[in-house]
Amino acid sequence: MHRSGPEHSCVRQNTQGLLMTEHVDKGRRQLLTAATALTGAVGAAFAAAPFLASWKPSARAKALGAPVEIDISKLEVGAMLKVEWRGKPVWVVRRSEEMVAGLSAVDPLLADPASEASDQPEYATNEARAIRPEYLVVLGVCTHLGCAPLERFTPGDAELGADWPGGFYCPCHGSKFDLSGRVFKGVPAPTNLAIPPYSFLDDNHILVGQDTSRAA
Amino acid sequence: MLTKKIVLLAALLAPGAALAASTAHLDDAGTDIHNSASLQRGARNFVEYCLGCHSAQYVRWNRIAADLGIAEDELEKHLMPAGAKPFDTLVSAMPAAQAKEWFGNAPPDLSLIARSRGNDYLYTFLRTFYADPARPTGVNNLVLPNTAMPHVLAGLQGVKAPKIELVTHNGKTEGHIAGLVEGTPGQLSEAEYDEFVRDTVNFLDYMGEPIKAKRQKMGVWVVLFLLVFWLLTYFLKKEYWKDVR
Amino acid sequence: MANAPSKAAEGGRTKGLMGWIDDRFPLTQMWNEQWGKYYAPKNLNNWYYFGSLSLFVLVIQIVTGIFLTMNYKPAAAEAFGSVEYIMRDVEWGWLIRYLHSTGASAFFLVVYLHMFRAMLYGSYRKPRELLWIFGMVIYLVLMGEAFFGYLLPWGNMSYWGAQVIVSLFGTLPVIGSGLVEWIRGDFYISDITLNRFFALHVIALPLVLVFLVVAHLLALHEVGSNNPDGIEVKKNKGPDGHPVDSIPSHPYYSVKDLMGLAFFLILFLGVVFFAPAMGGLFLEPPNFEPANPMQTPAHIAPVWYFTPFYAMLRAVPAFMGTQVWGVLVMGGAIVLLFFLPWLDRSPVKSIRYRGPIYKVALALFVVDFIVLGYCGLKPAVEPFKTLSVIGTIYYFAFFLLMPWYTRIDSYKPEPQRVTYHAH
Repeated sequence: MHRSGPEHSCVRQNTQGLLMTEHVDKGRRQLLTAATALTGAVGAAFAAAPFLASWKPSARAKALGAPVEIDISKLEVGAMLKVEWRGKPVWVVRRSEEMVAGLSAVDPLLADPASEASDQPEYATNEARAIRPEYLVVLGVCTHLGCAPLERFTPGDAELGADWPGGFYCPCHGSKFDLSGRVFKGVPAPTNLAIPPYSFLDDNHILVGQDTSRAA
Repeated sequence: MLTKKIVLLAALLAPGAALAASTAHLDDAGTDIHNSASLQRGARNFVEYCLGCHSAQYVRWNRIAADLGIAEDELEKHLMPAGAKPFDTLVSAMPAAQAKEWFGNAPPDLSLIARSRGNDYLYTFLRTFYADPARPTGVNNLVLPNTAMPHVLAGLQGVKAPKIELVTHNGKTEGHIAGLVEGTPGQLSEAEYDEFVRDTVNFLDYMGEPIKAKRQKMGVWVVLFLLVFWLLTYFLKKEYWKDVR
Repeated sequence: MANAPSKAAEGGRTKGLMGWIDDRFPLTQMWNEQWGKYYAPKNLNNWYYFGSLSLFVLVIQIVTGIFLTMNYKPAAAEAFGSVEYIMRDVEWGWLIRYLHSTGASAFFLVVYLHMFRAMLYGSYRKPRELLWIFGMVIYLVLMGEAFFGYLLPWGNMSYWGAQVIVSLFGTLPVIGSGLVEWIRGDFYISDITLNRFFALHVIALPLVLVFLVVAHLLALHEVGSNNPDGIEVKKNKGPDGHPVDSIPSHPYYSVKDLMGLAFFLILFLGVVFFAPAMGGLFLEPPNFEPANPMQTPAHIAPVWYFTPFYAMLRAVPAFMGTQVWGVLVMGGAIVLLFFLPWLDRSPVKSIRYRGPIYKVALALFVVDFIVLGYCGLKPAVEPFKTLSVIGTIYYFAFFLLMPWYTRIDSYKPEPQRVTYHAH
């Protein structure tokens, strides 16, 4: 085979009935191949997209995972309400004024008192980790390996020691969290308990799972 | 005397009514699922007149809002029953057990009725109820003889009367229904009622396959793209096959 | 790099990643043998697209089938609802469903055209008898696959269609009723039947199908492709060892089949986006109602691709108190196809060189198959009843008399070289 330049080549005649000594326009072939390959790739991407998208949560999943309305009118001070949202436990704790006031004193014992490394909406980065300090809305999932911590709101608890300020205690591996769900130093859990998005519909109702009011 | 006449008529009509099942002519529904205004009216009609007994268990409120161009809070205010959430499916108020008791047959779910019966069937069905004292509901239907469904839309259409033709065949005289004529009037004129039913059937068509309008629009782009791709492959093939003599 | 160069025998790349792989796995060799340097006759015409299209549709069915299985529930109480869940709640679920339902019909259309090509050009003749037999087994398995798959939506036609076909086995003497109960796993078509049909449809038959397709392709490559002139191109080899009338599949059939695929996609996706129910042929209206053992649809018909055989089944009346004859005739019609390589006694392969008897017979066969199919869609009333009987008789005559009329038919001498015009 001899070439007569980069754009064209003369192919040796063979008995196969393939090209006799005529010019093969290599440039044209490359262009057509590239154009077809490119268009084909675009088509393949459009074809693949629906299949990948089908893995997104379906309308039913979104329905089942819809925000949950909680009635807090009957919640007493120091008590806790439990609901389920998206398969996870959500706790609402009505904290007393002392509980809220005592939060900053616990800071030295905590790994992340300012909630810099943990998971919460930006309105829950304050010390109370809440929209209204009176009500803590927190996910009851230990950030270590997912167990549900126990409520130990009474300070000086018998099991946990005289200097226990009150909070949550995870029985699985001993992680401890304060009354804002912030994790103590020296426990297996790495971050504070997560706060889900939520909002107050009115003074007696919290909507867990949605930040702004329904009009969104 | 009148009762005797009616009973005689009913007896003559019965075999004719049975025949009517498979031979009822179906009118053209003339629906257009791209017509949002019609679909919105149809949605309103469905909620007002159908949802009381018929569920649409595969249809969600928020899907209707999105597809028909209605804001979700408008939907909640005007269409959704109290307590329903946007992501809920369309549940009828009537408990299924009672329905079977009261009507003999539970009113069927209407999510897919347009796909299983067709638009023309539904359009004609809703417009061919007629007075029939022999039936517990007081009405019968040309498309579905002896239907258990009452004429829910009687207030709008009025109740038509059957036009009987007596036909003697092999010495037997039978009454055949040759058509329907004006009986008691309703709120709407014939044309208005036809449009009411058309909108409702349009909405039933939409509920049968909510994606239909969108997929037809998408299809245009898909086929155009493929035509371009095919053209490219055609030139590519021609170019290489120049080699082959 | 210190690796020894791998075999450059068939022009495979010896360096780099490919070289590393080729030293350990015959990748380049397989590519060359099975496609890249598989030489095929240059005169293959439009009838030759349907093999690669069949393969493509098989891939579509597997991929869409996998994604459907992610959301489908194979239980009687949930199946119908899960299909509507896919159609409405799963993102793009409707597209995956329509691709699969249209793909099923496309599969049979393409396979029937593929088989017809074989009848036109004698592609089943020696030495390709085994290739034809593999193909026939694929066809049988495909019919089973479609039958099992059709129960899965658990619509009213799914239910009653399965009821009818399964009860056909009940007509077999002695073993009949036991066999039917064994197939169903229950005393009626139930949740149990649905679950096992699901297993067969989703994994058992697809695995078998894939193996058969591989065998089919290996058998093809062993003897080489036939061509529209029906002559054996290997009789005429050039100095490089390849038949003078052949060309390497790559790039020539790569680009040609790509073009064929693009055209097929226009038609296929046109249907998916504009007419997926195809007027009730691909998705039947009764199937939009859930299975109801208390209420049979006005008339039960199988999906269009089974209707020719369904017409034959109904054409045979009951004799001696049993309907088994119709079942045997229907089965026989399919079994007969296996024997085609031995029924055809013409000295030439391709219709181009055959005489008028075969041309007329084959043309009538096409009409016959379509008419039978149409009758199978319709209720068992006149004129369809009589047409089905005539159609069934012709179908059997076409094959059973073939050894005779192909022998007495005239024929033209086959050429030495293929007829080819540049295009």
